[in-house]
Amino acid sequence: MSISTRREECAPVISLRDVTLCQGLRTIQRHLSFDVRAGSVFAIMGASGSGKSTALRSMIGLLAPQSGAMLVGGRDYWASSASDRARIDRRFGVLFQSGALWSSLTVAENVALPMQMLTNMDKSAIRRMVQLKLALVGLEDACELLPGQLSGGMVKRAGLARALALDPEILFLDEPSSGLDPISARHIDDLILDLRDSLHKTIVIVSHDLASLFATADDGIFLDGRAHTAIAHGSPAALRDRSEDQRVQAFMRRGELIVTRMKEVV
Amino acid sequence: MATWDFRSEAGKGFAVSQPTLPILARVGARSMDVLAEAGANATLAAAVAAGGGRLLLGRARVRAVDFATHLLDAGPRAWAVVSVVNFLIGAVLAYIGATELRPFGAENYVPSLTAVASVREISSVMTAIVMAGRTGGAYAARIASMQGNDEIAALQTAGIPLDDFVLLPAIASLCLMMPILYLAGVFTAILGGLSIATATLGLTAAGYLHETFAAVPPGFFVFGAVKSIVFAALIGVTSCRAGLKSTRSAAAVGEAATRAVVANIIGIIAVDAIFAAIAGACGF
Repeated sequence: MSISTRREECAPVISLRDVTLCQGLRTIQRHLSFDVRAGSVFAIMGASGSGKSTALRSMIGLLAPQSGAMLVGGRDYWASSASDRARIDRRFGVLFQSGALWSSLTVAENVALPMQMLTNMDKSAIRRMVQLKLALVGLEDACELLPGQLSGGMVKRAGLARALALDPEILFLDEPSSGLDPISARHIDDLILDLRDSLHKTIVIVSHDLASLFATADDGIFLDGRAHTAIAHGSPAALRDRSEDQRVQAFMRRGELIVTRMKEVV
Repeated sequence: MATWDFRSEAGKGFAVSQPTLPILARVGARSMDVLAEAGANATLAAAVAAGGGRLLLGRARVRAVDFATHLLDAGPRAWAVVSVVNFLIGAVLAYIGATELRPFGAENYVPSLTAVASVREISSVMTAIVMAGRTGGAYAARIASMQGNDEIAALQTAGIPLDDFVLLPAIASLCLMMPILYLAGVFTAILGGLSIATATLGLTAAGYLHETFAAVPPGFFVFGAVKSIVFAALIGVTSCRAGLKSTRSAAAVGEAATRAVVANIIGIIAVDAIFAAIAGACGF
């Protein structure tokens, strides 16, 4: 089932075609097909254990699919040579669920490392770029802190600054607002919208945070852990308002159901 | 350029723990895993060797601060424990030598026995075993921890070569420091032997040292130093591999460290046996 979104006119930058993902002999997802359109926020939704993060790990090159193709700019990522894949990877920026900051490096060093290792920028240019990226996420005063000294929200923002280090075209964000207080989560949501609207980034989000999904996502898919595939396509709002699938409705309206039950109890 | 490509392993594995598989399928899967592991080890060793070549040519993008930190950790910070162990081993050798040789009136051979055993065999092996437990275990645990925190995946997705950022600084610093630690170990083993010999056999320190230097040809030092470099490479590659192979869980950190230490100790003794056989065949 597909429900139309407001950014459908944009060209797809990533297309998955009949992708099946396995871990060992266990099938996680099968027959995944969807398009991520340029300049949109695309959400991979679903309950815990539905295979959202596995799908993301495949999209960022950490898990080869059992079958199917992932087209990035029309080229089959997994059929490409290692050097071609590395070139495609340079178009990606990734924020991991845990932040995955390199624990032996300060925040500034975390952001600077990709520039040091992969570009020929001189030290002063790197320093300026690091300040710029950290200012973008509101962490300009945390340059010299180690990851262990940061709060959860700061870790996410530092991870986002690092993901932006090489000005990637496509950002992958794994649970960007999970575990954060509402204000920090809202700050991350605002950052995501800024990145889409001001810097025209394409953003793929994995999340089960409904508030964040409704606030940011233009399009998406809903993965079901029992069906092992996507059972609905569309923006979170469209899925909530128009999907007839009970599993999708149960997920998308969870908040409202709880409120209704509470009212019934009272 | 040969680099360690983490993606080469992504999504692979033959799920040998599946209890529903027939026995032959499980044996086959286990065999495939063993072969895959051997291939992965060889690939990692080749990538590190190529990285070492790039490092020598100044083409590796290793951060100086990381390299210096690893040098400090694998060298000066390990010196005390290596020295204590070798001192005690030297003392034990001298004590056993004195006990066994005294009935034959051959206690004057205690210095040469201690020196030859230390320089040629014991110091390099004991230093390597200490470093396998201390530094090898730490390498495996650190990389496994990075694996669990997705730090390795973050390097991969950022396109930062794992060998330049993680593997080379660790392994190269170990290879540079091990011969120095070996020499320090030999020195303290001789001191250990000297302390026992002077206390129990009535030998003078000058006489003990004279006998020691007379008994050990310079080639023995070269032999021991070369062995210590091979041991260092073995510890480095095996430990890093144990860390990289770990799964993404807290328990995996301890398992990786244990696996690294056990594999290293067995490997060190096996390699030492090969060296002994080669030296014997060459009449060395």
